[in-house]
Amino acid sequence: MLDRIGAVMVKEVRQLARDRLTFGMIVGIPLMQMLLFGYAINFDVRDLRAAVVDEADSSLSRAYLAALEASGVVEFAAPSAGLPDLQRRMSAGDISVGVYIPRDFERRVLDRSRPAAQLLVDGSEPMVDSVARGLTAVPLPRRDGIYGSTAPVFELRTEYNPERRTAVQIVPALIGVILNMTMVIFTAVAIVRERERGNLELLITTPVRSWELMTGKLLPYVAIGLVQVTLVLGVGSLLFDVPVNGSLADLYLAALLFIAATLTLGLLISTLARTQFQAFQLAFFTMLPSILLSGFMFPFDGMPRAAQWIAQVLPLTHFNDLARGIVLRGAPISDLGLPAAKLVAFLVVALAIATLRFRKRLD
Amino acid sequence: MNVQPAIVARGLTRRFGKLVAVDDVDLAIPKAGIYGFLGPNGSGKSTTIRMLCGLLAPSSGTVEVLGHQMPRDAEQLRRQLGYMTQRFSLWDDLTVLENLEFMARIFGLGAAARRQRIAELSAEYDLASVLRQRAGTMSGGQRQRLALAAATLHRPELLLLDEPTSAVDPQSRRDFWESLFRLVQQGTTILVSTHYMDEAERCHRLAILDEGRLVAEGSPRALMRDIAAAVVEVETDDVPAARGALAGDAQIRSIAQLGTRLHALLDRDTPDAAEHVHRRLAAAGVVAQVHVVPASLEDVFVASTGFRH
Repeated sequence: MLDRIGAVMVKEVRQLARDRLTFGMIVGIPLMQMLLFGYAINFDVRDLRAAVVDEADSSLSRAYLAALEASGVVEFAAPSAGLPDLQRRMSAGDISVGVYIPRDFERRVLDRSRPAAQLLVDGSEPMVDSVARGLTAVPLPRRDGIYGSTAPVFELRTEYNPERRTAVQIVPALIGVILNMTMVIFTAVAIVRERERGNLELLITTPVRSWELMTGKLLPYVAIGLVQVTLVLGVGSLLFDVPVNGSLADLYLAALLFIAATLTLGLLISTLARTQFQAFQLAFFTMLPSILLSGFMFPFDGMPRAAQWIAQVLPLTHFNDLARGIVLRGAPISDLGLPAAKLVAFLVVALAIATLRFRKRLD
Repeated sequence: MNVQPAIVARGLTRRFGKLVAVDDVDLAIPKAGIYGFLGPNGSGKSTTIRMLCGLLAPSSGTVEVLGHQMPRDAEQLRRQLGYMTQRFSLWDDLTVLENLEFMARIFGLGAAARRQRIAELSAEYDLASVLRQRAGTMSGGQRQRLALAAATLHRPELLLLDEPTSAVDPQSRRDFWESLFRLVQQGTTILVSTHYMDEAERCHRLAILDEGRLVAEGSPRALMRDIAAAVVEVETDDVPAARGALAGDAQIRSIAQLGTRLHALLDRDTPDAAEHVHRRLAAAGVVAQVHVVPASLEDVFVASTGFRH
């Protein structure tokens, strides 16, 4: 029995090592995704190009502009002569934000019924829009005696990621996304390929049992998954300085659980697909909702009820909870019983369905 | 010789939706011989073989293979069974040696037995020089020898071969059949499907399948002797004219051309078949030599498939 599993494993590893494309994908996908999400896709909006029309040109207006620039959100280009010039530059795409300070700025500041200054925002880019709107909360510099309360009502502090760097939030979740992508596709395709090429017809007539065949085929992918986790964590720490606040053992335990779940999903897909192409399609069909609904890109709480229910079925949702908890909040896995239990539940149900569907027969 | 047959099937039927692929087939396949399934594509040869090795469950009927009830006891049969699929189904991206090692381990051969058996078989099937070559880069004949070596690694009692020679040249086919006879001498029972007449003729016994039904069964010699038709050979310089003269005759069921000759199959109870053909040709003014000849296997095939092929 062990010898048969071993034989299947050796065969699978040999084939993998010879399939250069797949082998490249094992390392290539995590690296590409890390660099893509780490560098290119940046949810921190900084240094938006801005221009100013300062008709007041008083010490208060200059102090206010200095406070805006100090926020780091905007970077001032050469000032504009007037409002029409500001609008022309925005429509030309030269600037994303315009600040207009009228001549009677100081009187308007005291008169609460009228806005003191105007902020022009390029609404065509959603990210710029929402961030620039935040600028309205920048308080006026304190000047004794001129006005009463200018202190901001809330002090905002970001826990676990004080610098609010995207990489810190992205990397733990990226472990899940990468595993999800590679594990499901590799296993589904590896099994369907043998069916398509007729290898399975031969294997069925040999003494190898279906569970031995599956175990032997899937075990090498568990190792590959763990290599990928290590790769993502290593690159995350090296390039993006992402710490692992919790226990590394807990993280690998969670990853192992998730790998088992994704392999089972791949196995399930392989029992449904007749051709490698169908397997690819089905794998992608599960990928997209996983990426969109798991809380990887968009906050889970803002989703409609139906989307939240779908997300509950996706293993990536629960692994994201685990990974963020362990990597960022430093939580031990014992504190994360609920997502871990949900992952186990997915594993058990999917495995039961796949086993029922995969029989050692052709019909 | 063991009198107990290797395979016994009764009323074997397999339906795919509305299509009846195998229709009420009875089989009794003796041990230590080569038993052939002869039939055109779609006649149910592969489906029958797949039911015999437990790959497909019959829609109705019973199969017993080497004393095991199929498909219920399929797992018990695995070690006694070697199977060669119609298409090459070992791994193209593994070498010959790796393929053989894998199959040997799957069949539970220990390291020493494995080495010895692979050495024996690579000598027997002329694979020693290509052991390190990937299976995908080999010729059809080499791949077929590899597949046979893999199927016999564990010395199976029963070998099922589904159109094993459809992708190889005539010389390789001849060598392949020599190997099969050597296996039979060692006591192996072989079931082989084919649509080649010359291969069918080499079998000890033969079943002719047509549209899922078993239409004739027996040794090739007996089948040719007992053919349900009279075979008349026509030798003439003007084959098309002779063909035209014989077409449409109620007694003549089938005409096939073999070079400058025609084979006409007539109803068996036609009195003096040669004379009947001769009269038809003379009436049409065709000069020809006409005589009754022994049936070939192809004649048997045509006669037993209702003169449709």
